[in-house]
Amino acid sequence: MKQIFSISGYLAVKEVWRNRGRFLLVSLVIALITLLVLFIAALGEGLGNGNREYISKLDADLIVYQAKSDTLIAASRLGRDRLAAVRRVDGVADAGMLGTASATLVLPDAEEPLKVAILGVEPGHTGEPSVLDGNQLSTDLAQEAIIDRNTAIRSGLALGDTLTIRVTQGTRDEFFSLRIVGVTDGQQYSLQPSVFVPFFTWDRIRPKSEAEVNSSNPVANVILVRLEDPGQMEEVSQRLTSQVGNIETATIKDAIQALPGYSAQQSTLNTQGGFTLFIGVLVIGGFFQIQILQKVAQIGVLKAIGTSNPVVAMASVIQIVVITVIGVAIGGLLAFLFSLTFPPTVPIVFNGTTSAIALAALLLIGPLGGMVSIRYAVRIEPLKALGLSS
Amino acid sequence: MTTYALETRSVIKTYQSESGTIQAVDDVSLQVAAGEFVALVGPSGSGKTTMLSMLAALLQPTSGQILLDGQDLAGMNDVDRVAMRREKIGFTFQANNLVPYLTAVENVELMLRLNNRLDKAGSLRARELLARLGLGERLHNLPGQMSGGQQQRVAIARALIHNPSLVLADEPTASLDTERAYQVVETFAGLIHEQQRAGIMVTHDLRMCEYVDRVLQMQDGKLVRIYTGREEIRQLIQGGKKQD
Repeated sequence: MKQIFSISGYLAVKEVWRNRGRFLLVSLVIALITLLVLFIAALGEGLGNGNREYISKLDADLIVYQAKSDTLIAASRLGRDRLAAVRRVDGVADAGMLGTASATLVLPDAEEPLKVAILGVEPGHTGEPSVLDGNQLSTDLAQEAIIDRNTAIRSGLALGDTLTIRVTQGTRDEFFSLRIVGVTDGQQYSLQPSVFVPFFTWDRIRPKSEAEVNSSNPVANVILVRLEDPGQMEEVSQRLTSQVGNIETATIKDAIQALPGYSAQQSTLNTQGGFTLFIGVLVIGGFFQIQILQKVAQIGVLKAIGTSNPVVAMASVIQIVVITVIGVAIGGLLAFLFSLTFPPTVPIVFNGTTSAIALAALLLIGPLGGMVSIRYAVRIEPLKALGLSS
Repeated sequence: MTTYALETRSVIKTYQSESGTIQAVDDVSLQVAAGEFVALVGPSGSGKTTMLSMLAALLQPTSGQILLDGQDLAGMNDVDRVAMRREKIGFTFQANNLVPYLTAVENVELMLRLNNRLDKAGSLRARELLARLGLGERLHNLPGQMSGGQQQRVAIARALIHNPSLVLADEPTASLDTERAYQVVETFAGLIHEQQRAGIMVTHDLRMCEYVDRVLQMQDGKLVRIYTGREEIRQLIQGGKKQD
């Protein structure tokens, strides 16, 4: 076996090196495919992340929605009385209200205001993100905010600054000032950078219709529930539904899938990535097949002088792997360099796992595409290749 | 009793075609001793290429025996025949002889590599052999940078470097001008005699028989005549020239 690797490696590397212009061209094609696949994967990750980031990082196990809201956070309305009921259910360790809304961050130095998600959470309860810098929210009514890293980067605001939010309540634009007490990591919600405020403050500053302006009964969208034992998810979920009434529950995973457009977006991008890989397989397969057809006589000579089929096949495999690895490496490097030039507004995230899966798939397209040509090479008859057959 | 490097016994090769059975080689028995250079001649369709393919372990005879160093090629499986080609047979072809991405010396060393016998001494021997063939300045040239004659000489070196028992040449002068053709065959013959290999050359060109020890003439698949001795061979060559 060592002998097979040694000779086939020698033949493969010599051929690649002595025809490096031609092989580099194929590597560059693979590099472009790699670039495309990595960007599609990164775009998928970036868009998906922008949609689910806050939800996926929640310290909760279940989300409680209003019944028949189709597990859509924006469609769900839950009063505060439900929170007390949820907290009383056996197996619930903690629960917190979550209110979501969009608003505009007024930035005096910026050309355009920044659209943000204002998320009302209960200080000290499930749903409040942990700060990386500064303090947690103090009370339910405090004029405080925690901003996520995206908001900090895109607004230029920092810990201790005061931010101004503009919302429409009834028919009037209202401005509210909040002091930034903490900065948390990336916690985008619905592709918007986030500002976390105490729940009652949120209810006061959120956009409202005319009818809601004078209402004194705060209404959240959902309740975030942390369980005493996450293994009891099914049981506690049933208990919640039966004891609280007029609600439905979903796990975090299901809640993410139910985010508006999330599944469609991800499946679209996955399909694009899959097709790009498929085209890659065809391109590589085509190249190596043409190459094998051009060197039938050469392989015939090799076989006639005693080169075994495993050596011929292994040489092709090594060649394909070398070309693919070089192409993927160039493509990966290009993707990395390009990614440095993108502004933070472009939702592209080179996540380790996603990129690794994409790279593994890309490394497979070479051998996969070259399989037909390898089979062809092995079946070349030296007698026919050398024109000796009658 | 003479021990032959190569011996065939009643070798027959038949093919099935739409018009019936074709007898490409018909009951051919021949012997070639070590250090003997033999030409296999005959018109197109006489069966000499089929015979050469069988001697090269590239084709199985329908019946009969082909004994190389006492081992019957006819009874071997594919893997063993590949090993025989690698270890015991040296081969030069009409064209496309060399691996295009290997230099002259690398092409010659390839046979040693395939046999797991490439070491410093082997590498030195390859260079010396190429130098003897007048290619000392071309060691690191790729086939594409050499003339047809130079490529043939590299192929000769490759056919001999691993000390095979049998060296086969299929029309080695087909793509060369007369002067180069004589040079190549003379060199080939010299090395076969010197290194005590059994050599067989298939050729259309009877003039090239000047350097061989015997000429085997085939016609319609049969071995019809064997020319031995300088005088007989010279008459054959002159007869060929007159026909030209």
